[in-house]
Amino acid sequence: MDQNIPQVIQTVPLQYYVFFATALFSIGVLGVLTRRNAIIIFMSVELMLNAVNVLLVAFSAFRSDPNGQVFVFFIMAVAAAEVAVGLAIIVMIYRNIQSTDVNLLSRLKF
Amino acid sequence: MRHMLRMTLVLLPHQPMQETVIPAAGAPYSTFLYVLIPLLPFLGFLINGLLNRKLSATVAGLISSAAVLGSFAISVFLFLNFQYQYTVPLFDWISVGTMQIPFSYQIDQLSLIMLLLVTGVGFLIHVYSMGYMAHDENVGKFFSFLNLFVFSMLVLVLGSNFLILFIGWEGVGLCSYLLIGFWNKNTAYNNAAKKAFIINRVGDLGFLLGIFLIYLTFESVQFAEVFQKASLGQFGSYGPEVVTVITLLLFVGATGKSAQLPLYTWLPDAMAGPTPVSALIHAATMVTAGIYMILRANVLFTLAPDTLEVIAIIGAATALFAATIGLAQNDIKKVLAYSTVSQLGYMFLALGVMGYSTSLFHVLTHAFFKALMFLGAGSVIHAMSNEQDMRRMGGLRKALPITFITFLVGCLAISGIPPFAGFFSKDEILLHTFQHSKLLYGVGLVTAFLTAFYMFRLLFLTFFGEFRGTEQQRQHLHESPASMTLPLIVLAILAAVGGFMNAPFFLGEENAYLSNYLAPLFTYSQKINPAAFDLAVDHGTELMLIGLSVGAGVLGILFAYVLYMSRGVRPAEEGAPRGFLDNLVYHKYYIDELYNALLVRPIMWLSRGLYRFVENGIIDPIVNGFGRVTLGGGQLVRAVQTGSVEVYLLLMVVAIVLVMALNFGKF
Repeated sequence: MDQNIPQVIQTVPLQYYVFFATALFSIGVLGVLTRRNAIIIFMSVELMLNAVNVLLVAFSAFRSDPNGQVFVFFIMAVAAAEVAVGLAIIVMIYRNIQSTDVNLLSRLKF
Repeated sequence: MRHMLRMTLVLLPHQPMQETVIPAAGAPYSTFLYVLIPLLPFLGFLINGLLNRKLSATVAGLISSAAVLGSFAISVFLFLNFQYQYTVPLFDWISVGTMQIPFSYQIDQLSLIMLLLVTGVGFLIHVYSMGYMAHDENVGKFFSFLNLFVFSMLVLVLGSNFLILFIGWEGVGLCSYLLIGFWNKNTAYNNAAKKAFIINRVGDLGFLLGIFLIYLTFESVQFAEVFQKASLGQFGSYGPEVVTVITLLLFVGATGKSAQLPLYTWLPDAMAGPTPVSALIHAATMVTAGIYMILRANVLFTLAPDTLEVIAIIGAATALFAATIGLAQNDIKKVLAYSTVSQLGYMFLALGVMGYSTSLFHVLTHAFFKALMFLGAGSVIHAMSNEQDMRRMGGLRKALPITFITFLVGCLAISGIPPFAGFFSKDEILLHTFQHSKLLYGVGLVTAFLTAFYMFRLLFLTFFGEFRGTEQQRQHLHESPASMTLPLIVLAILAAVGGFMNAPFFLGEENAYLSNYLAPLFTYSQKINPAAFDLAVDHGTELMLIGLSVGAGVLGILFAYVLYMSRGVRPAEEGAPRGFLDNLVYHKYYIDELYNALLVRPIMWLSRGLYRFVENGIIDPIVNGFGRVTLGGGQLVRAVQTGSVEVYLLLMVVAIVLVMALNFGKF
């Protein structure tokens, strides 16, 4: 374990990270589009965010540029705040309509 | 005369012009002092306007009176310490390319005299208003408008170029409108206010065109520069005829503001305003703005003898015309209004025959006695519980002794009975006219007779004979409070002795203080046309003319006495059968009806036609079309807004993919 993290990351070829991140992102998109439970949609969104994070870390390691990793920290901090707000909204929705099915929320139209 | 003028014009450039009229010296006092003159009434306007209902009537009156008194004090100070003419630069106002118009004040004999007149008479009328308007619910509003008027008038008088003059000109027009329609719950009063405003716009158009032409000709609107260039015959790319056009246009402006034929009809209607307003704006100060403007531009007018001829004829015609209408009016304020129009005609007659200082002399004496008579009429109306019809008055001299005596002084003054103020000024006008044209002199003399007649008709009907009002009015009769009688007494003293500020020639040239004082204003004019300033008249002729005009006045008074005192004639009631002439005069020669038929109605037809075909037929469909297109587009697009979150998400993903594909599709 005397190797540092970037070196560990570089043991896997870059393409694999790209494929992995793309797969993760696509799963997220599909989850958002197909599921009706607000919590699951929310989880899928997190999946998409983390796909991007993986990609950022991988590129950062391969290019020896720490900016990417710093950026990931910010994304994680903002995502944490966003989860707090999002979950609060979902709780309020549940209290109002006793369900978290987004299809029931169709009153917002002209 | 014209031939001689051409000669002088040719000669002028060769004459040495070292002795310039305006010495290149600055203002002897701090600029702040000059700014304060119009600023004080403006502050009064702001305080009374903003705290309209918070201040009591007395406090509002005191604030605005004090503001005008302050301006008066500064004016007196400047007047007493006046050494030479100068301008007070305040700031660069308009600076575009080669056009430089500074905002500066002109301090000279003319502006000082007008300052004293506006603030002095203005102050007296403010004091009077404290008593007259005490019971009104909007006293604060009234005093703020009154102060705004004084401010505008001071700007008009102080300005050192035509543009500042125009600001004040429009400002006083606005205040006139606001104050005529002061009791705005009465539709007739509002219509009178609109009429005054619109007729004044007609005149203002001429004035504005005149200013444009002045700028095109002289490349400046600054008084000093314009007049110097004009006197040197520098008319830019135009010939000397341009001056005639300019002066005619300026005169159109003056006929509007100063109520001359054919634009006089607004002034009698302006009597809808409170009486102090009639006294201050529609008799003493604002209506003399046209005369002030012509006096200011006397160089231009001297260069245009044709215009002067027009002015003299219109002035004389207005004097006679308005006087005849005044004969048959029964509303006490209407008589005074027509009398004002007639006296303004006299002033223009004086201007037309180049009696410039004489005209200003009459402005001053007229301000004294006409303000006095309007305030006296206000006192009568106040005592009669707002009755203005002379047929309901009579015998008021016992109930209103102070008003009666002061009013009598005013009547004697306007009738030209020596030694009251009107005698001196009117006599001087007639003297100048006599030298110019015997016909116009005749018109002036007849007008003097008519003036004396209708003024004493008013006096006899109002103050003598038996009381003709209701029992209720008789119970209510009372002399006005001190705040109203004191201004009356001061004005009566001025109307009695004011004439001695410019004693006639036979008392010695050196006693004509006003003419001598004003002489520097007319230096250029005198160079252009020296003959007009040389009043070579022997004392015999002068005394004969004085005898004639006094005789005309006395004859008028006697006629009125015989008719309304000895025979006890009373004006006919409304609807009583009248002779042809009587009917014509009683209905003011049907001029209002004529204007209605010739101008007002066609314009209304035109407006209605435009409304129907242009507004409804073209503009409305275009504007509504925009609305309909937007609405229809919205209807189409709103189908997308299903409210289903899944659809929104799908659309979002598709859209992002599309954006990506279009952006990076080259790979």
